[in-house]
Amino acid sequence: MNNRFKTSFLAAPYALWVLICTILPLLYILGYALTSSTGSFTLANLTAIADPVHLKSLWLSIKVAFLTTVICLVIAYPVALILHNLKITNKGFIVFMFILPMWMNFMLRILAWQIILSNNGILNSILSAVGLPTLHILYTKSAVTLGMVYDFLPYMILPIYNALSKINDQVIEAAADLGANWLTTFTKITIPLSKDGIISGIIMVFVPALSSFVVSNLLGGGKVLLIGNVIEQEFTLARNWNLGSGLSIILMIFVILSMSIMNKVDDSENGGMLV
Amino acid sequence: MINVKKGASYFYLGLVFLFLYAPILVLIVLSFNNSMSRTVWGGFTFKWYLNLTSNDDIMAALGTTIRITLSSSILATILGTSAAIGIHYMKKRHAAIMLGATNIPLLNADIVTGISLMLLFTRFTPLGEFSVVLAHIAFSVPYVIFNVLPRLQSLSEACYEAAMDLGATPTYAFAKVVWPEIFPGVLSGFLMALTMSLDDFTITYFTKGAGVNTLSTMLYTQLRKGIQPELYALSTILFLLAFVLLLVINFKGEGKKEVAK
Repeated sequence: MNNRFKTSFLAAPYALWVLICTILPLLYILGYALTSSTGSFTLANLTAIADPVHLKSLWLSIKVAFLTTVICLVIAYPVALILHNLKITNKGFIVFMFILPMWMNFMLRILAWQIILSNNGILNSILSAVGLPTLHILYTKSAVTLGMVYDFLPYMILPIYNALSKINDQVIEAAADLGANWLTTFTKITIPLSKDGIISGIIMVFVPALSSFVVSNLLGGGKVLLIGNVIEQEFTLARNWNLGSGLSIILMIFVILSMSIMNKVDDSENGGMLV
Repeated sequence: MINVKKGASYFYLGLVFLFLYAPILVLIVLSFNNSMSRTVWGGFTFKWYLNLTSNDDIMAALGTTIRITLSSSILATILGTSAAIGIHYMKKRHAAIMLGATNIPLLNADIVTGISLMLLFTRFTPLGEFSVVLAHIAFSVPYVIFNVLPRLQSLSEACYEAAMDLGATPTYAFAKVVWPEIFPGVLSGFLMALTMSLDDFTITYFTKGAGVNTLSTMLYTQLRKGIQPELYALSTILFLLAFVLLLVINFKGEGKKEVAK
């Protein structure tokens, strides 16, 4: 016991680190959010979210993030299921295939989408070559959503895949032996047992999608103003750190809110299953 | 029927991989394009690869990126591994608090993490390479901790105690019993920290200060003026290096498993 206690001190440098580099910065941002540029206490930086411009971009961010998450989930679940059923022994290889694109610079990959989607771009050349109507989606909400789906898809696939690989195959076989057809097994066994993966996937996609500003900058061409863009501009162009901090706090509140909703979904159904 | 289903599965997987790798293919093609324009094909050339080393801006940004990525991921791995061991041996309640705090950088929006660190750093130190390294450690330590902890949890305490009973010193028992078991977790944590640091833009952007440029922030400033084609060449090289490296690690691991069987 004494030894365990001593060993736990190995975390002491990290505890100090957490205080300085995790907790303290948050207090700083809160401090800036609650003061005016002259240093007096104010709530104006938080209530600034009610400004129609800010409100519009927050609403747009929520819509784009929601759409991105739904599309990612719809694409990712079958991928995870297929990969799981392939029975590849080398799990690392799957993870590797989805992490590898990250080694091509993120900015360049989004730029490549700009090239693919532009009016005389690759996609439209292919579409017109096979006689289909061309798409003009660059610098619209659709292009931004596509860019985000592209960027965050691996974060949805990997947790679902991990959750699926933890399911005991005998449970599935038992369901089949007891007469359940494929659909029943899928909805009653596979989905509930992979719920943890789905939920962490949703969180890992929704949160960065809600706050991203680079994708909307590149694929939205300045026309799609998300809350992340507003915050970035307050810090870089407008140099109003107090307002930027205030809006960041609002963004944080939305992140925490959406996560606690997801966790609630998780808890209530877990409780149900225990009964 | 089964074959149709299998064919459809492969077709779907193929589409998703096409979606994920199409932009990368475009960039690789661009790195051989003998034209400054992104949309016109001007014939095949190696010149961007040959010019690469004489482009001082890009070489400087590459150097900065490598320094930041390596130092932050190595330091994060050391800090995170010792933290994971400490947390594993803590009282449950304390461990829960530590893990809660560890989750904050993972769940917080990048932009908020970047801004909050910038607000702190500007008070105490001029922004520069050093502040970026600190920021990168801050967001990559959690990945190390969450990769190492499960390994510790599946470790049988009895082995360690047996080693001690047989006269091993704590250090020797750690090196021979604990370390080999947690090493895969440490390695994957390190690789994740490396990947996250290399791919990061947002947090670097807010904490770097003037004059310091990583490849990501350099690209961001070039987006309006037009990208120097050498950057496509450099990214292709980095991508292929990563591909080969990860392939080697993967197949080495596979080989070991085969032997173990």
